[in-house]
Amino acid sequence: MNVVITKKEIEKINFCLKKVVSSSSAHSVLLIARSGQLIAHHGDTLDIDISALSALTAANFGATAEIARLLGEEEFTLLFHKGRSENVYFSAMGEHVIMVTLFNDKTSLGLIRLRINQVQEELSQIVSLIFGTGRT
Amino acid sequence: MPFINFSKDEIQCKIVYYGAGFCGKTTNLQYIFGHTGEDTRGKMVSIDTKGDRTLFFDFLSLNLGKIRGFDIRVQLYTVPGQVHYDATRKLVLKGVDGVVFVADSLKVQRKKNIESLINLAKNLAEKGISIRTTPLVIQYNKRDLDGTDSEILPIEVLEKDLNSMLKVPSFPASALKGKGVYETLREISKLVVKDVSRKILLIDKQLR
Repeated sequence: MNVVITKKEIEKINFCLKKVVSSSSAHSVLLIARSGQLIAHHGDTLDIDISALSALTAANFGATAEIARLLGEEEFTLLFHKGRSENVYFSAMGEHVIMVTLFNDKTSLGLIRLRINQVQEELSQIVSLIFGTGRT
Repeated sequence: MPFINFSKDEIQCKIVYYGAGFCGKTTNLQYIFGHTGEDTRGKMVSIDTKGDRTLFFDFLSLNLGKIRGFDIRVQLYTVPGQVHYDATRKLVLKGVDGVVFVADSLKVQRKKNIESLINLAKNLAEKGISIRTTPLVIQYNKRDLDGTDSEILPIEVLEKDLNSMLKVPSFPASALKGKGVYETLREISKLVVKDVSRKILLIDKQLR
């Protein structure tokens, strides 16, 4: 299967990511495929190797899914890592994609979650179109 | 599963280095990382144990330049070779576009090479991919041990063991010294890009 992302779809995705960044004060948001490829990102990611971050995120999510299965859960759909000043929030967007939100102490996890929930449906629709159109 | 982004004119492909434990998969990536310009590669990420064994994977991204106006970005992964890490190997194989099978030339590793190749075929099949149709290159590593106390297998024996049915491109190599590392990478990249280009042409036709 190929994953083909058209300009229109990327514009819609970017619109959602911008909305999350501007309304939550997160400094960056990334959309990553579960196979480790970066789909889109928005915000200040200049100092981060986002390819490596994408690969590690996918692995992290995959490993956590295995832990969930060991515990009899289908999956853990949210992951949160808290650092001294930087925090990362991972959330599943359907079965193919993970959203990664990087933020510091200027905002709160609650606000981040709220803003992500507000774009979740719209994003999930675009993502399911990208992964489910059968453009093979 | 290549990612074709028509907005950025970019294609992302995933190549996995597969093989038995201690065959030299990580050494291949370390050599590439150490001998590629900073402008064309990202950071090398390794998740390993203290004993130098890969626990999860190694990762390195490379920019291969432009083909048909698309920027080609390749992501190289290794898998842990030990038998009991099969679940991890399956995770890393998710969305794979091409595989380099690294075979250990040491005579004592003969059985493990064969087992690892069978394991690759099985894990690909579970994802609906046939080992016969996916871009694949075999590398016979540790050829630098020829003439030392360590007994290594002749290329003909390795070919018979691993490549008599598949008949894919193969290269003798010494990942430690760099011999054959770029030849292997070049060939698998060529095969993957050719495969992806064919798919782009098909998509282009469908979208018109």
